[in-house]
Amino acid sequence: MSGIGFGTPIEPQGTAGAGALDTARRGSRRRNALISAISTVVFFAVVVGVIAASPGANKFLDSFFSSSGFEDSFEPIVEGFWLNVKLMLVAEAFVLMLGLLVAVIRSLPGPVLAPLRLVALIYTDVFRAVPLILVIFMVGLGLPALRLDFISDRTVFTYGVISLVLVYSAYVAEVYRAGIESVHPSQNAGARSLGLTQWQSMRFVILPQAIRRVIPPLLNDFIGLQKDTALVGLLGLVEVARAAENYAAETFNFTGYTMAALLFIAITVPLARTTDWLIDRDRRRMAATTA
Amino acid sequence: MNAAMPLLRLEGVHKRYGEVEVLRGVDLDVAEGDVVCLIGASGCGKSTLLKCSNLIEPISAGRIMLEGEEITSEQTDPDRVRRHIGIVFQAFNLFPHMNVISNVTLAPRRVLGMPQQAAEERARELLARFGLAEKEREYPDRLSGGQQQRAAIARALAMQPRLLLLDEVTSALDPELVGEVLTVIRELAETGMTMVIATHEMGFARQIADRVCFLYEGAILEQGPPEAIFGSPKHERTKGFLRRIVEAGRAADLEARA
Repeated sequence: MSGIGFGTPIEPQGTAGAGALDTARRGSRRRNALISAISTVVFFAVVVGVIAASPGANKFLDSFFSSSGFEDSFEPIVEGFWLNVKLMLVAEAFVLMLGLLVAVIRSLPGPVLAPLRLVALIYTDVFRAVPLILVIFMVGLGLPALRLDFISDRTVFTYGVISLVLVYSAYVAEVYRAGIESVHPSQNAGARSLGLTQWQSMRFVILPQAIRRVIPPLLNDFIGLQKDTALVGLLGLVEVARAAENYAAETFNFTGYTMAALLFIAITVPLARTTDWLIDRDRRRMAATTA
Repeated sequence: MNAAMPLLRLEGVHKRYGEVEVLRGVDLDVAEGDVVCLIGASGCGKSTLLKCSNLIEPISAGRIMLEGEEITSEQTDPDRVRRHIGIVFQAFNLFPHMNVISNVTLAPRRVLGMPQQAAEERARELLARFGLAEKEREYPDRLSGGQQQRAAIARALAMQPRLLLLDEVTSALDPELVGEVLTVIRELAETGMTMVIATHEMGFARQIADRVCFLYEGAILEQGPPEAIFGSPKHERTKGFLRRIVEAGRAADLEARA
């Protein structure tokens, strides 16, 4: 057996146990990586083989993977993608704040806050139910139609951000709320017994623990958000998907779409890996404290 | 302070959870400097009585007074009352995301508005007193149960409460760690801290208490000085409870020896 930790008895207590567990996990992770690398290569070889053997293979490669296409589309596509990045960063900043606000409102007890809680509940229900594409149309076409000074004369970018924030804050609020509810009530009792108000208990005791626990799912929603920025192109904003479409319309070549896809992959993969790493770290930490 | 006015007074306190009546009319006076031990079987209402005194649990009927002022009335702000009544829990309830000194200084800083430096000075004094001087930067999960409980006591005392409630503070500890926590409480009693202690440690109660209250099914059945309660209990239920404790203690001793 080549695996370092395989079959090593795992000691139940102390740092020594956690260390052995770590080595065991690292060993089996390395072996698993090898197995999955091999099966990945085989899998993609089959896929490539099928495509290459198909009657339209040349045409397909020309349309989606033409080297001149990559060169020509690079500039407009990257320019469009920069808009997506901006949409994503601006929207995420608001999403993290609005989502937290909604979650805290839903989590605070007391009869005074009952109407606010109801509003928060309706908000999360509605905006998790309505597809983003509809929200984008309603915001992007509806708000200008209202002819209100402060909201009807904004850029498409702003309407895009508003739509994304409305939809994603509803999801993120639920993520935060799950975190808040995962903090044991005895923590609140401990804080309140010292004379902290409900708000202070939330601010200093519950939220710091809750947010730490939900960072992985928050990053997950962030990945969803960055993909969905492409839908804002529906309002005529020349973001990456729209830029690719324009390129395809001019040249009858679809390589622009491939280019766009590669750019999304390039920023999503590091985020996804970070998320996995965080989840893994938390799991290890949990194992260390319960041991 | 008027000798006739107790620091804490419970008058006909009832507590219901839905159908279940956990406290059925508890009357209790605790004078300043008194150490009162609550004993009784699990589920007799000891913990509930403490949580009601600290207003963590609202009472169903009766009233509770702190220094002659009713704290269970609609007008009182429970957050203000809790500043003056510290409670230590069975499960410590330390904040796991903060190191020991931040646990201790959180309430003085946020509730009393103490500057950080002053709060930390006070915290260091307390921690040193409880043998935790070296541990102020540690996180709770790096401490033993006994250290965690001592840190929790320090945290409660940092608010300089008029009254300290201790809710079975040694029940979650490994037997060899019980002593260090009891030592701390004994020392507190010597400094004149007013305490109400729910406990299963009969030997400890006997030593430390000015008065022992035996609770049975949500009411105080018998109370008096420890010699009277442990030496010559009047009530049949008290006798039965103490006999069972002694037997259980013997069984545990035998088991330990076997």
